[in-house]
Amino acid sequence: MQKRFVYADNAATSPLSKEAFDAMKPWLTEKWGNPSSIYSAARDARKAVEMARADIADSIGAKPEEIYFTSGGTEADNWAIKSSAKAFGKKGRHLITSAIEHHAVSSSMESLTSEGFEITVLPVDKYGMVSPADLEKAIRPDTIFISIMLANNEIGTIQPIEELAEIAKKHNIPFHTDAVQAVGHIPVNVDELKVDMLSMSSHKFGGPQGVGALYIRKGVRIPPLMHGGGHERGRRSGTENVAGVCGMAAALKHAVEIMPEANAHLKHISDRLFDKLLQIPYTQATGHPEKRLPGTVSVVFNYIEGESIILLLDSKGISASSGSACTSGSLDPSHVLLAIGLPHEVAHGSVRLSLGKDITEEDADYIAESLTEVVDRLRTMSPLWKG
Amino acid sequence: MMYSDKVLDHFQNPRNVGEIEDANAVGLVGNAKCGDIMQMFMKIEDDKIVDVKFKTFGCGAAVATSSMATELVLGKTIDEALQLTNRAVMEALDGLPPVKVHCSVLAEQAIRAAISDYYKRQGIDPEPIVGKIEEVDHDHEIACD
Ligand SMILES: Cc1ncc(COP(=O)(O)O)c(C=O)c1O
Repeated sequence: MQKRFVYADNAATSPLSKEAFDAMKPWLTEKWGNPSSIYSAARDARKAVEMARADIADSIGAKPEEIYFTSGGTEADNWAIKSSAKAFGKKGRHLITSAIEHHAVSSSMESLTSEGFEITVLPVDKYGMVSPADLEKAIRPDTIFISIMLANNEIGTIQPIEELAEIAKKHNIPFHTDAVQAVGHIPVNVDELKVDMLSMSSHKFGGPQGVGALYIRKGVRIPPLMHGGGHERGRRSGTENVAGVCGMAAALKHAVEIMPEANAHLKHISDRLFDKLLQIPYTQATGHPEKRLPGTVSVVFNYIEGESIILLLDSKGISASSGSACTSGSLDPSHVLLAIGLPHEVAHGSVRLSLGKDITEEDADYIAESLTEVVDRLRTMSPLWKG
Repeated sequence: MMYSDKVLDHFQNPRNVGEIEDANAVGLVGNAKCGDIMQMFMKIEDDKIVDVKFKTFGCGAAVATSSMATELVLGKTIDEALQLTNRAVMEALDGLPPVKVHCSVLAEQAIRAAISDYYKRQGIDPEPIVGKIEEVDHDHEIACD
């Protein structure tokens, strides 16, 4: 087995696409200009930002004036949640979210509890699915906001957002979805999803890091999080990241164009990889068997610990991640793995491989062979393994 | 988070991994729920640790501290081994990231637990010599700290 480099952590961040780089390059070299200034160099920058906005809007079925650029997914989530609480807090103090959200959502929610807001956290089933019936039951007269993610970053499960948002709509409650892992990976249309707000992040689909957007449906009014010079029509101040938004738009346009082909390929490779990994004894797949991101292969190996697996994979040239406590910097494994009902000791042995479109069968086979070897080696030295 | 080269070396090429069939001192510390378990096997003859091996379930630092701890006590007398502190294990590894310091504590405890077992097997109360050892509790909910 010859050593090769396989990057399998695209859910953490993805390599910059050529399309994104080409769109950014002029704005990092021969062109510059503050889009708010009035001379011609600045007008070019303004034009570039507005074209990027229109392209991004188009990719998700939104209108350009419903797209607000941010510094990334984290800011978009913080803004949607904290500003909705502020905007609708007079009507009620109750918010609803799910047990498997990214920390950008769950910690934003938590921050509101000190301001007298009450948060209901909906459970998920063993596949990581939120039940629409649970949402219906959790809604109270004082519920003012709901945030449930579209696709999960650890296990890849895709939620029935249309159904969940429909329930919210029936009760006249604004609905936000963190679509950071979904945009550019599966078809996303804000009207079909019936969401009022949607977060996205450029570096998850081949764009640069540090840029993202919040979609806010026309007619939904939330105050700014960032105050200042009144950029983004007064809703998000700060000089636009011209190169960043151009890269983001080009990356998304490209990702959407190649999506059908890329996803067919990713599904094929993921199936192959799952097949091989599940032959390792005491191994189970996590996430939904069908309703999942096509490039996410998430598994747990019993009797061993995730950080050790990741370090040994790294020494074989493979970049992957784990939801074990050791990799989260705390002593508890990932809240997502606990929410799907895994015992702590099993959740510690998790591995997430998030594949990119250029992955080959040979790469997948190399990952499977390497993991088989690594798991065996760690089990041999584990006091829990009686194999 | 960054591991030193020494930690990575001891993780990737751990010294003294395995079990000792005729061990006369075996210690088990940690908890699977918290993500670390260490088991130490020793052969003690005439007050001297003539062989030592370990098995560890845990992160890179847990493996590396176990490995280093076995190196530091091999060939030592019981008294010398009981002098081993988690700090010494950390220093020998050129340091640990702050969130991993507890792994070195566990390695120190694993050594003490094995020596404690050695005394128990001879009907000697280990506590006055070794101090109190936290028993591994598989049956109760515990908090990881
Ligand atoms: C589901 C989800 N939401 C939000 C974020 C945060 O996005 P960003 O890194 O752009 O701040 C991430 C990525 O880490 C994510 O996976």
